Amino acid sequence: MTALPVSSAAAPTAELVPGAPPPAPLIQDLWRGISRENPVVIQMLGMCPTMAVTNLVANGIAMGLATTFVLVGSGIFVSLFRRHIANEVRITSYILIIATFVTLADMILAATFPVISKALGPFMPLIVANCLLLGRAEAFAAKVKVTRALVDGLGMGLGFTLSLTVLSTLRELLGRGTLLGQPVLGAGYEPWVFMVLPPGGFFALGLLLLAVTWVRGRRARRSPAR
Amino acid sequence: MSNLAWIFVSTLIINNFTLVMFLGLCSFFGVTAKVETAWRLGLANTFVLLLTAVSAWFLNKYVLTHAPFLRTVAFIVVIASGVQIVEMAVKKHFPVLFRQLGIYLPLITTNCAILGLALFQTSRHYNLIEAVVFALGAGLGLTLALSLMASIRERLELAEVPAVARRMGLVLIVASSLSMAFMGFAGMGSGQ
Repeated sequence: MTALPVSSAAAPTAELVPGAPPPAPLIQDLWRGISRENPVVIQMLGMCPTMAVTNLVANGIAMGLATTFVLVGSGIFVSLFRRHIANEVRITSYILIIATFVTLADMILAATFPVISKALGPFMPLIVANCLLLGRAEAFAAKVKVTRALVDGLGMGLGFTLSLTVLSTLRELLGRGTLLGQPVLGAGYEPWVFMVLPPGGFFALGLLLLAVTWVRGRRARRSPAR
Repeated sequence: MSNLAWIFVSTLIINNFTLVMFLGLCSFFGVTAKVETAWRLGLANTFVLLLTAVSAWFLNKYVLTHAPFLRTVAFIVVIASGVQIVEMAVKKHFPVLFRQLGIYLPLITTNCAILGLALFQTSRHYNLIEAVVFALGAGLGLTLALSLMASIRERLELAEVPAVARRMGLVLIVASSLSMAFMGFAGMGSGQ
């Protein structure tokens, strides 16, 4: 993770929207979701799917990609309609746009990977209630041009997928001794079943957060100027 | 154990919505800094859960049989309007409580426990009475988990912990042990 220059808050905003995010190069919009504002390990958004489906790597990746699809799709549409949606009904409108894309993602997954779709079960339609989606629609997509909304959705989605992949790799490897269903730790490994059970989800994410906090603390100490 | 009692105990403890099923974690981590707000929000959630259970049952029975692909959209619209009604009622009749809950009242809409309840009740084919009992168990289970976590976190405030663990890391590991305790009741269900 390389440090990117932080854009100055005093820069003139291109659009006259109150609370609009400051203009930034597209690459920064993309990178922010993956690193500095990672949805899971920094913002702690979308916790439910993060822990519920990460007992297997395949499930974690599928959930991550499905959420990315919904983030990009809803971001584009929220941004397109940003001048037409009345302020009073905006949350309901965003939820409707999100729910439409979730239904699409649900059907596409059921048609292409029926096994994973069955394993995810109700957690697939539950993407609607992931606060990450409504949060990005309200805080970002509704205030910027379509390209930026698209890139931001992609970045947030990839950051989400990355966190889910790391977490599910840790849990599947320790809890079953396998990766993507293939045994990797050998027959002598006694699976640590705790990791694939619900308490293991809280525990693994706790460890991941401790590690992230530690790395960030170390980096902050090394360059106190930032 | 009769069927209804089993549904109630199962959702209240063994399959606790928050600690075992991972539903409603945003409020679990967001509002559990103080016991007072935690149990109040739990009860507000219980009310919305009951409302949702009844409306989802009617939707499933009379409307969604014709258009099952609209299930997610229909449920979320009903929940959003239900929360809106509760918010207006609380604001008018309990202005003090309204100020205490603040932003977390409208955020009940994106609490996945509510939508999760509607989806699980559909996939398990509960009838109206079963659905109401299911919602009651889920709501009280949520209230229980929120209050337990809040009382532990009030104590943690005073504890000396390494700087690294001072943020959410420690809270998650505490949640892990709470979740383990609740899973310990799973033996009760072995007969079912």
